[in-house]
Amino acid sequence: MQIEASALSVERGGRVVFADLGFRLKAGEALRVTGPNGAGKSTLLKAVAGLLPLAAGKIEIAPSCDVRRAELCHYVGHADALKPSLTACENLAFLAALLATGAARPGAAAIEAALQRLGLAAVADLPAAYLSAGQKRRAALARLAAVFRPIWLLDEPLTALDPPSQAVILEIMAAHLAAGGIIIVATHTALPIGTADLALGRASGP
Amino acid sequence: MRTMPNYANPADFLRLVRAAAPVTATITAILFGIGLYLALLDSPPDYQQGETVRIMYLHVPSAWMAMFVYVVMSSAALGTLVWRHPLADATQKAAAPLGAAFTFLCLVTGSLWGKPEWGTWWVWDARLTSVFVLFLIYLGIIALWQVIEDPGKAARLVAVFTLVGAVNIPIIKFSVDWWNTLHQSASVFRMGGPTIAMSMLWPLIFMTFAFTFLFLTLHMLAIRNEILRRRIRRLSMLAASASEAGIPAIFAEPAQ
Amino acid sequence: MKQSGVPLPSALGALLLRDLRIGRRVGGAASMGVLFFLCLVAITPFAIGPDLALLARIGPAILWIAALLATLLGLDRLFQADAEDGSLDLFLMSDTPLELIVLVKCLAHWLLTGLPLVIASPFFGLLLGLDARALEGVAASLFVGTPALTLIGAIGAALTVSLRRGGLLLAILILPLSIPILIFGVAAASGAMAFLMPFLVLCGLTLAALALTPFAAALALRNGLE
Repeated sequence: MQIEASALSVERGGRVVFADLGFRLKAGEALRVTGPNGAGKSTLLKAVAGLLPLAAGKIEIAPSCDVRRAELCHYVGHADALKPSLTACENLAFLAALLATGAARPGAAAIEAALQRLGLAAVADLPAAYLSAGQKRRAALARLAAVFRPIWLLDEPLTALDPPSQAVILEIMAAHLAAGGIIIVATHTALPIGTADLALGRASGP
Repeated sequence: MRTMPNYANPADFLRLVRAAAPVTATITAILFGIGLYLALLDSPPDYQQGETVRIMYLHVPSAWMAMFVYVVMSSAALGTLVWRHPLADATQKAAAPLGAAFTFLCLVTGSLWGKPEWGTWWVWDARLTSVFVLFLIYLGIIALWQVIEDPGKAARLVAVFTLVGAVNIPIIKFSVDWWNTLHQSASVFRMGGPTIAMSMLWPLIFMTFAFTFLFLTLHMLAIRNEILRRRIRRLSMLAASASEAGIPAIFAEPAQ
Repeated sequence: MKQSGVPLPSALGALLLRDLRIGRRVGGAASMGVLFFLCLVAITPFAIGPDLALLARIGPAILWIAALLATLLGLDRLFQADAEDGSLDLFLMSDTPLELIVLVKCLAHWLLTGLPLVIASPFFGLLLGLDARALEGVAASLFVGTPALTLIGAIGAALTVSLRRGGLLLAILILPLSIPILIFGVAAASGAMAFLMPFLVLCGLTLAALALTPFAAALALRNGLE
């Protein structure tokens, strides 16, 4: 699998966030997107996820398949997509059912295993409202482990996490790459996993 | 010597409930036994209304409780705002559904009485209408309790609304009376009739006491439930933060 | 993928379950709609007087207007909550079509707010002195008509999803669109003409809303992304 973006340009609210951007990632490769606030890191991830329209350029996935790009991607943004009144387990079970594609629906065991992996087994049955910021973040990231999708788009995945939790996430990311996955991650911090870097500058006005 | 238990302390209050609830429950049962016997079997039917008059023995005590519970709730609301006491919060919260239930009972019995007497389930009579508005206020208070997540904050906000309601209820009552007399040509209905006979007064007195003790019992149990519910909530949050710190949740329980 | 243990429901089943659970736990939502409905019904006699004969004549109309307002005012959070916490992004990345997701969210919303209104309406009808025939008419017409109100309202909810105070705008957008439903709903309820004709037209309107809403709302949601 390979993802290639060329001459990407995205506009938001009439402003060009970035223009003429390109990258190519093969199976097992990761891309780290850096840049000052407002440079368009989140915008780039959302555009790749298919959540924002492209003003110009194209994103191609090879070998080509008839599945939408959005269905091949995991996107973990700033919002946790957790419902405060549901337990961590119920939240994850719903997201897994929603995001699973084709016939491969994860069972309850997969949900449990994912929560275990992220260190949330003890709080699995507590309402998400009671979880700390770090626990919520991990509950959001747990869907990476619960449902397989080849391309991961992670927006600041390590914020609000303590060093042990960060290590767990990095481990999961490394395992995904080793299994032939692709990761695009927007972050300020240097990552110990092998990444290519893409530095976004502050876009000059149109 | 052991000092006097302080019943404002939730833990002591729980102990009090454990001791007192069976006693008040027994008194309630005895009062209901006597009251219902007098009301349904012993007292004579009314010479105008016939057997329908027996509905009054439920209706009047419910109406009394509908107002009494609001007074209890308003006093607790003062306790919440002035002393910020968690027990006052629980007292307030536990009273609201009970008050709504008694008010509802009052409306339903009134409606059941109205069907044979007036030929319709409901009339916009001044007295009924005032009770109906009181019912809406109770429901509003319950809704307000439900939507605010933090119990302390909810208690203070509900307390403000309860007291605003307490000031407003007489005004509402007055306006409704005025509104109804304005339209008197449309519907004039009067409850009662001749002054009440002793044979009807006694069952009414017993039923009123039975209702009051029923409320006391249910209210105590509901306050206990509320205290326990808060404790569960607190423990759940502790369990979440304890698991974060790597302490097994079981050891994180605070000494109470 | 490990397939052991209890299999999870499909995405749509899981969504219905989730929304019903949230509605039940958060409380408010379901009971609040009915309470608002009751307040509207209760307030009308103060405006027009306690004459039961008059109230009985316009009762079906009062109940219908109250149901209309109670439905619309509860709808502004239909998609907004999911948009704010990022769930909407994930809906778009699912292999389940957004049109079906919209439909299931409408179903959950109707079960939580519309159905209680239908069940409560005969009891509230008693307050307005409706007779048994009119009570049946109101309940039957609301049962068929409120789904259409929820569905059309969902289009408004999708259009105003990113607006901070979309509630009033939603009502402004949707009230004119719901006029046909109101006309035939009240006609069926009050029995001014024969019950069946307006009732069948009402069924037709609901089916049309069922066919149209998912596409319109999904289109609005896709275009409202930011």
